[in-house]
Amino acid sequence: MAELTKKERMKIPRQPMPEQDGNVRSGNFKEVNLGFTEELALLEAQRCLQCPKPVCISGCPVGVNIRDFIGLISEGKYAEAAAKLKEDNALPAVCGRVCPQEEQCESKCVLGVKGEAVAIGRLERFAADFERNTLGIRTPQIKPKTGKKVAIIGSGPSGLSCAGDLIQMGHDVTVFEALHAIGGVLLYGIPEFRLPKEIVKAEVDALSKLGVDFQPNSVIGFTDTIDELLTSGYDAVFIAVGAGLPYFLNIPGENLNGVYSANEFLTRVNLMKAYRFPEFDTPVFDCKGKNVAVFGGGNTAMDAVRTSKRLGAAKANIIYRRSENELPARAEEAHHAKQEGIEFLFLANPLEFIGDKDGWLKQVKLQKMELGEPDASGRRKPVPIPGSEYLMDIDMAVIAIGNGSNPIIQKTTPDLSYTKRGNIVVDPDTMKTSKKGVFAGGDIVTGGATVILAMGAGRTAAKAIDEYLKEGK
Amino acid sequence: MYKIKSAEFLAPNIKKFIIEAPKIAQKRKAGQFVIIRIDENGERIPLTIADSNIADGTITIIVQGIGKTTQELNSLSANDSIRDVVGPLGKPSHIENFGTAVSIGGGVGTAIAYPTAIALKEAGNHTISIIGGRTKEFVLLENELRAVCDEVYPTTDDGSYGYKGFVTQKLKELIDSGKKIDFVLAIGPIPMMRAIAETTRPYGIKTMVSLNPVMVDGTGMCGGCRATVDGKTVFVCVDGPEFDAHLVDFDLLIRRNRTYSKDEKTALEHTCNYDVAFEKALQGGN
Repeated sequence: MAELTKKERMKIPRQPMPEQDGNVRSGNFKEVNLGFTEELALLEAQRCLQCPKPVCISGCPVGVNIRDFIGLISEGKYAEAAAKLKEDNALPAVCGRVCPQEEQCESKCVLGVKGEAVAIGRLERFAADFERNTLGIRTPQIKPKTGKKVAIIGSGPSGLSCAGDLIQMGHDVTVFEALHAIGGVLLYGIPEFRLPKEIVKAEVDALSKLGVDFQPNSVIGFTDTIDELLTSGYDAVFIAVGAGLPYFLNIPGENLNGVYSANEFLTRVNLMKAYRFPEFDTPVFDCKGKNVAVFGGGNTAMDAVRTSKRLGAAKANIIYRRSENELPARAEEAHHAKQEGIEFLFLANPLEFIGDKDGWLKQVKLQKMELGEPDASGRRKPVPIPGSEYLMDIDMAVIAIGNGSNPIIQKTTPDLSYTKRGNIVVDPDTMKTSKKGVFAGGDIVTGGATVILAMGAGRTAAKAIDEYLKEGK
Repeated sequence: MYKIKSAEFLAPNIKKFIIEAPKIAQKRKAGQFVIIRIDENGERIPLTIADSNIADGTITIIVQGIGKTTQELNSLSANDSIRDVVGPLGKPSHIENFGTAVSIGGGVGTAIAYPTAIALKEAGNHTISIIGGRTKEFVLLENELRAVCDEVYPTTDDGSYGYKGFVTQKLKELIDSGKKIDFVLAIGPIPMMRAIAETTRPYGIKTMVSLNPVMVDGTGMCGGCRATVDGKTVFVCVDGPEFDAHLVDFDLLIRRNRTYSKDEKTALEHTCNYDVAFEKALQGGN
């Protein structure tokens, strides 16, 4: 392909992501985004100006060498591009799908100042998918064995990225997972239509091939305590257990049948495959022809409401107490939801769930809100409008307002420092906790955040653990 | 995979399994449970650990075939395997020397009460056990309990064995006979546990029950197992499974346990008979 001038490159428009039609996909669990074709990827990669000092990298929590991997794609060297990604990111096929690039790398892209940023995430996904589909995931070289052993608690994004780095540094790594399958929130939380589970499996299999030992069915705290791990041969421990304690609204009627936490609803559908009941044994609320309301405005709320639609809900609503401007979900997710026929009810706050005599949810009492002054989060605070209460008929409710910290580690490892909310206190540069040899990262430290931030914490911890194992402090 | 070392029916539809799970055997305390998943397509269900043998590296569970999973489980035999067993989960029973402690099991609930009865005895309690069954064949673990407890009273609904009547009646009889009872643990169908709570409430006897709601992960992550105790929402998997019987909202528990009854048609056909008998008796004002 002839070398394009900078001007010619800048004339290429940002390439759209091919996707399943909204009406079709709202009836299936197949992936929404279909991925770039080679032609689209080449076009998009050529938009990158190959800046001498690329600022996009500063927007990436794991520091992916964005300019170089895109440069390799533009040369048609897709496998090399994937290898370049893998130097800094253990899970590029995952991140290319679920990272909020528009707030991270793409928000820094110089093209974004006057026009549209390079579609970095779509290109990342293209390179990672190319590798997996044509070559199989290749495993990088690992350094000579150090003889040191690290226990990682939790097999979500933070634990996996830490495991990937540590095994390459030559340490032995065991990942303990409470559930029966490896992947944490990538499996139980994010739906198949956003992140196909075979991709998670392929990434986990690649780590197994590198020598990472995965131990499912291990609830650390109960099966073994952290102290027992430290005295039974592990030289360091990384706690990456996630948030894992669903918040409820604490309003009357919340324990009626048909009221779910997003965690429960999504775990039943994603991990336990209730959408294929009765082929799989786990049931979930039968959404067919029913009115479903999901409370919350984040990505998890979008996942839940879009899942209910796919399960056959007649009406699937997002009910959010602020306005569309404050919606915390990625714009792409909200946009996809609308395309699929999801209805959004803004500035409404639930006060009470009302059930029938058998204890099944039938209605929710809502109060209209208006926006007041900005609150601590910088967003305008929703204020109730007196006398605006009204009833809405619903059959199922999903509460998707975030997660607190799961108490099992705190109860069984009281000698770590915790915040009042139960998050583990760490040195942000090293992820070191107050306990020697114990590190922590991801949502258990930050509270509910994103996949990539958790992965970044895993990388930081891996570096610090490596130093700790070498120097013993 | 977790290998089944032995499997035998204790009563019609009630089967005892000894399963290789050395870590859990070492760690488990009375009152704790495991979550099992039979195979790749299986659901996760909680089952209380009835016993363990550290030397053999095994745990014992006793299963009543009610729903699809428990019935499928009961079709397994020695040398078969279970895909996943995780635990021990939940808080152990609170054990202390109360004085005189009564453990009451209804049907398969006896298996769940058994380890706590042992722990109560070991803590120095004068230990009484009431074993409820619909008929003689549903009176479980009598020999095992006799080896541990100071007094054992089998009861059957039809009088085919032991005391004729419900466990509540036997308990009331013991209380009214002037025996000073300091602690009651009751495990069985929800209507039975509720009836025990009402039996001991007027006497102010501390009474605990073990709740068995629908669960998924068993680690506090999903909140599916929530119940109301003392007006507050609890997650049974991590806050329990044992709670003060006088504070549990049993109606809510019954309602929530029916969430998937449409999906569990098999469950309806095989509803625990002890449960049905109690419902009838309670409706009749017993």
